[in-house]
Amino acid sequence: MTADRPNLATAARRLVATLAAVAFPALLAAAPAMAATAPVATDCTTDASTACVAAIVMDEENNFVPDVGVTISGAGFEAQVTTTQEGPVSVKVPEVGTYTITLDEATLPDGLFPDPTEREVTAQTGSTARGAFTLGDEPVGSTPSADPGATGGTETPAAGEEGSEEATSGGFSWSSAWQKFGLGIRLGLLLALASVGISLIYGTTGLSTFAHGEQFTLGAVLAFMGVNMWDLPFWVAAALALAICTATGFVQDVVLWKPLRQRSTPLTQLMIITIGLSLVLQFSIQLMIGNGSERILSANPTSMTIAGITLSSWSWTSMAVAVLAILFIGWFLTRTRIGRATRAVSDNPALAAATGINPDKIIRIVWTMSTGFAGLAGLMYGLSVGTFSWNTGMQILLLMFAAVTLGGLGTAFGALAGSMVIGIVVEMSPLIPGMPNDLRYASALAILILVLLLRPQGLLGRRERIG
Amino acid sequence: MEELSRILTQSAEELIAPTTAAFVLAAIGLNLHFGYTGLLNMGQAGFMLLGAYGFAISTIAGAPILLAVIVALVASILFALILGMPTLKLRGDYLAIVTIAAAEIVRMLGRSSGLAEWTGGQAGLRGNEFKETFAALSPLPDGSTAIGPFEHLNNGSDSWWVRIVGWGLVALALVVVWLLTRSPWGRLLKGVREDEDAVRALGKNVYAIKMQALVLGGVFGSLGGVLYVLPRAVQPDGMARSMTFFVWIVLLLGGAATLFGPVLGSMLFWAVFMLLRAGMREGLADSLSPSQVETIGGLVVGVALMLLVIFRPQGILGNKKELAFDAR
Repeated sequence: MTADRPNLATAARRLVATLAAVAFPALLAAAPAMAATAPVATDCTTDASTACVAAIVMDEENNFVPDVGVTISGAGFEAQVTTTQEGPVSVKVPEVGTYTITLDEATLPDGLFPDPTEREVTAQTGSTARGAFTLGDEPVGSTPSADPGATGGTETPAAGEEGSEEATSGGFSWSSAWQKFGLGIRLGLLLALASVGISLIYGTTGLSTFAHGEQFTLGAVLAFMGVNMWDLPFWVAAALALAICTATGFVQDVVLWKPLRQRSTPLTQLMIITIGLSLVLQFSIQLMIGNGSERILSANPTSMTIAGITLSSWSWTSMAVAVLAILFIGWFLTRTRIGRATRAVSDNPALAAATGINPDKIIRIVWTMSTGFAGLAGLMYGLSVGTFSWNTGMQILLLMFAAVTLGGLGTAFGALAGSMVIGIVVEMSPLIPGMPNDLRYASALAILILVLLLRPQGLLGRRERIG
Repeated sequence: MEELSRILTQSAEELIAPTTAAFVLAAIGLNLHFGYTGLLNMGQAGFMLLGAYGFAISTIAGAPILLAVIVALVASILFALILGMPTLKLRGDYLAIVTIAAAEIVRMLGRSSGLAEWTGGQAGLRGNEFKETFAALSPLPDGSTAIGPFEHLNNGSDSWWVRIVGWGLVALALVVVWLLTRSPWGRLLKGVREDEDAVRALGKNVYAIKMQALVLGGVFGSLGGVLYVLPRAVQPDGMARSMTFFVWIVLLLGGAATLFGPVLGSMLFWAVFMLLRAGMREGLADSLSPSQVETIGGLVVGVALMLLVIFRPQGILGNKKELAFDAR
């Protein structure tokens, strides 16, 4: 009967766990903070007061050439950067004006020669001045051609970011904190939509599925292919993508999970099979869309400001869709027969079966629903963040695991609460001075470890022996 | 005919390649975790990457080779302690979740612009920057040696010297694991795997035993990481999640909880993987680009992993009765 008594100690522990979870990124940021001064950030994103200069080094097939040293100088400013395979390296410059981009010839790959080794570009606030270099097979007389590079709104945002929405890290203001809070709510809602599936699958079968990240990406990938490869109207493509995502869960249960359940395959084995599945899906996605980052809709998004938070109109739409879908899941789990049966199977499969519920049927519905909602979340993520790539889901999976663990493995409503906390913490962590933007996701792991130390059953989990 | 013999030579070379030896070491570590103790470590690539960074960064900072290796090992020991403390008292899937996340974090930290001064950021660390102390140890004369169809430089990146040291380390690791697993401590590991509560009832500290296994396996993983980067550069994105899964398939193919499983698994995996990719490159060169070949190769690995675990979870050498496989 201890479970019914309000337990002060438990409540306090829960509070401490939450507080610690929110505060920990501050500790985490301490180490990178020391390092942040010396190297130059190469992921400059533009806003109203920032000017960026980007260097692009490509070979003749327009592939980016990595490891080339580039010097960007002008107006009393000088920065040395190294190109990567991922795309342009961009540097934030202090003033508008003319900058010279110089290639370090000693770092060029053998057998490739630059067209010119120097370009001049004009940096303006709110845009990226790009200097492009093409490396050819034969040496060319170095006559600098008058190609100042595109200076305007044509820049592609760095992978996974929506340039206009991201303030550069460092410097604190309440308005940017509020803006990041909005981004956090957006990420939290989409995470919730995706991770409720992980939680339901865990609840009904005991399996932590590692393939859910790819199921998430699949929604965006299929919609992208529908719009850009098969020339379908957007709504048809989106509906088709969701239908296929939902079908993948159903088919997986028919051909894979149900036969394995009947052979009573141990859970560890099943978990490794989900890893194989995740590899298969990941490489299939790479085969379908390649290695670059893609946009589902090529048109520039229109932005909308609600309550001081400026997000693209697609972001607001996806947040509304996510809220509706989450309300639907809540209604389904608490009010419908099948939903109540789902919770009964989560509680105790044997007892549920004894009362006439068919666990196999419930688990099939859970798999179908989970992959469908993961696909929907992925589609909405692709639309609202703007770009996605084959490994988007892989990074999201980490956040999903952190969210379901924080909420309590196997509790659907815990997954919702955990997702909101994780989403907000991840998006707001760059506000900590010195925290590089690319380490945002690391704060989720810090939360994960803290939760496991302080309250392993999660915020809403039942207190049982899980050791 | 000429093409065929080239493909066959290429895949036969994989049998003794440094990468194969590096994966044997990583799989031996994973075998201690999963095969003997039943711990689900889904972040072996994180241990390897830490080892690689520890070795490369301390060498660049001027450390002699012995110190650099010690730094690599200490890094992985600390990593294992941090991961083990919150998770080893809990059910097995918590360790799986935390290790897969932590390995990703190590990679993100490595490629982060904030630490680029030491880690080289996304570009990583070039091989020439940290290889000299290792190459200087080589007693071999300069030049190249051909043994059968295999010809390599004696010293340098992809050389006989790396191969000799790599397989020497493998042999050493096999002896260590063989001695450990037939000791009373090794029987405790298997006891923890089979029935934790029974071991606890005998008055043993299960938490400590699991932690020792996690640390020791991580140490082998980090040695594997050092060996993996010696013939190439430290590239954080090349040592991501897929690498962990490749180590898993190497272990499961050879047979978990067997002494020679990792060796056989790694040789077979890399030879067949190379055969597959080289075959596609030669045979389907017109219809597939090189990156598509790599992708299809990975796809086949994923399918193979699923089929292997469904139909022969004990691998080639394993014993299905001994390996309950339901790790906790």
